[in-house]
Amino acid sequence: MTQLISERELPSAAAEPRTDAGGDIVKMSARGVNVYYGDVHAIQDVSLEISKDEVTALIGPSGCGKSTLLRCFNRMNDDIVGCRVTGDIRLDGEPIADSEMDVVELRARVGMVFQKPYPFPKSIVENVAYGQRIHGLAKKGAELDAVVENSLRGAGLWDEVRDRLDSPANSLSGGQQQRLCIARALAVNPEVILMDEPCSALDPIATAKVEELIDELRGEYAIAIVTHNLQQAARVSQKTAFFHMGELIEFGSTSEIFTNPKIQKTNDYITGRYG
Amino acid sequence: MRNCAMVDPKSHWQSQRFKSRLRRRNRFERQFRYLGIAAIALAGLSLSVLLVSVLANGLGATYRTEIALDIEFDPEILGIEVPGAGETAEITASADFRAVLRTSLMQRFPDAEGRSEVRELVALLSRGAAAELADRLVEDPALLGQRIEAWIPASDDVNFWLKSEAGDSGSNSRLSERQVAWIEALAADDRVARRFNGRFFSSGDSREPELAGIGGALIGSALTLLVTLAVSFPLGVAAAVYLEEFAPDNRWTRQLEININNLAAVPSIVFGLLGLAVFLGLFGMPRSAPVVGGLTLALMTLPVIIIASRASIAAVPFWIRESARGLGASPVQVVAHQVLPIAMPGIVTGTLLGLARAMGETAPLLMIGMVAFIVDVPTNFTDAASALPVQIFLWADSPERGFVEKVSGAILVLLALLGILNGAAILLRQKFEQHW
Repeated sequence: MTQLISERELPSAAAEPRTDAGGDIVKMSARGVNVYYGDVHAIQDVSLEISKDEVTALIGPSGCGKSTLLRCFNRMNDDIVGCRVTGDIRLDGEPIADSEMDVVELRARVGMVFQKPYPFPKSIVENVAYGQRIHGLAKKGAELDAVVENSLRGAGLWDEVRDRLDSPANSLSGGQQQRLCIARALAVNPEVILMDEPCSALDPIATAKVEELIDELRGEYAIAIVTHNLQQAARVSQKTAFFHMGELIEFGSTSEIFTNPKIQKTNDYITGRYG
Repeated sequence: MRNCAMVDPKSHWQSQRFKSRLRRRNRFERQFRYLGIAAIALAGLSLSVLLVSVLANGLGATYRTEIALDIEFDPEILGIEVPGAGETAEITASADFRAVLRTSLMQRFPDAEGRSEVRELVALLSRGAAAELADRLVEDPALLGQRIEAWIPASDDVNFWLKSEAGDSGSNSRLSERQVAWIEALAADDRVARRFNGRFFSSGDSREPELAGIGGALIGSALTLLVTLAVSFPLGVAAAVYLEEFAPDNRWTRQLEININNLAAVPSIVFGLLGLAVFLGLFGMPRSAPVVGGLTLALMTLPVIIIASRASIAAVPFWIRESARGLGASPVQVVAHQVLPIAMPGIVTGTLLGLARAMGETAPLLMIGMVAFIVDVPTNFTDAASALPVQIFLWADSPERGFVEKVSGAILVLLALLGILNGAAILLRQKFEQHW
């Protein structure tokens, strides 16, 4: 197993922006992460970095642990009974472990978009405003309206829903619902957005829109995306990590992974031998 | 070339054997459907027989036989002092309204002579007639000294004689020939009639069927159920939320779950015993009070609400929680903002069904003394009170024939209330339901 990340010491505090081997600013880092579901060793000693201004794609066959690792970055695995995570994960150099950072703060800073578009069974505006509400940010009125509009604009949904903000979110199409979920995550004003197969339930046109959106969000947010779709990974990401059986096989720039993989297993996967 | 060419498919599907088997299968399908229809029809038939029989008996409870008499509120006979100008008469407890009734009857039937005949004459009227007359004078003291025509409740025996007269006149009537002659004379004058019995809905229990009402039992049931709801709903939902959302999954919580399920199946009289021992014995709360009844029924309803609420909460899709948590909602926020609103229709339905069951419950109330003969309509949670099913039980146990229709009438009211509760459950369910 080879890891293409530098083996240098991590700084103890968030003094200055750290960079990875390629010179990109690191937003989140995972070092020596292991995840256990009961007796199952789901993730084995994985180290990975999410760059600030890039999209990092996590690819690999089903059950390889890519979603599990993604969920480590905002500690969604905490809520799963019998799941145990070890290792060092940092956000801007600060450890995010339970003893170090409040999970509410972490999830406000590291938002998540899930596999299926699951808006809350409420109106469109309430869906977007929910994050603001729980964190007690914007109260009501113009301030909240502005946040809702900005988030919906950010998710490229504003023009489609501006006339029916109070209609139920489930009246939207599947692709619109997923962009609403992205708007919902944007409304909390996160620094990182984790996307867990955001397009797997969408048709090709809706998928294209979401991919376009991901491209627009790049730079503003650090983005990590899990995907089954290799072409999608190639289209939207700048860094790609290939997982197999709970191990990180290869991690590097997307162009390199897809055109000139260093490991045979990676080559087999991207050329369609298995997966 | 097919691999499975054991039988040539074409000849197989067209063979006689296959066709007869197909016919058998279709016949079975048909018979199964008929069986289902028959079962539903049987259930519907039994229900309609029950309803019709209860209705036939019970509607009679809302009517009673009354006799129109010329009543003179004679101060002399009553023994009430005539008030001076501007004063109102003081109607004392010793005022003799029976004498007024007796006088009126004797004026109508001067042929009644001697103590026993007069007693028979007075026996045409209900024993509560004097009290109703007194109420009327208290309401309107200006009637003192006036002469009015008033409808006076007849006795239960008269009521039954009139009812059975249509069928066979030689029935085992409890009226004497003289009494029958009097009634017939009154009836010939159009002075006997079955009139709407408002008392049935407003007054408390009585020894006399024509005076007994379900008012007290209704209020008692309402007060009891209010206590039950106020105690069991918040406790039950809180317990369900904790068990479903927060409790660790270990040996203890699993044990707890089994016990709650078992509690829902415990015979209700056991909860009555518990209420007797704890609320009356340990805390010394008042006997027969709606607050105790309500608490006892709350014990009984709690497991039902917990189970219904847990099922409803567990049915909330996992991703709702996941999405909310992903935005940084705390566990309590997830429950309060997302899970409970979605689970509410199920919780409300379960609660109302639990309450409906509690409302029809008799046994636990027997244990804590709500089975008493209570004449007064309760006004607060600690007054002695009865409840509808207990009242039905009490009346069903009474020897007077008049109570038979009271029982049916009370059952009708109970059924109507249950129907309203279930209807409310459906309405609330629709109101709270969120679609996605």
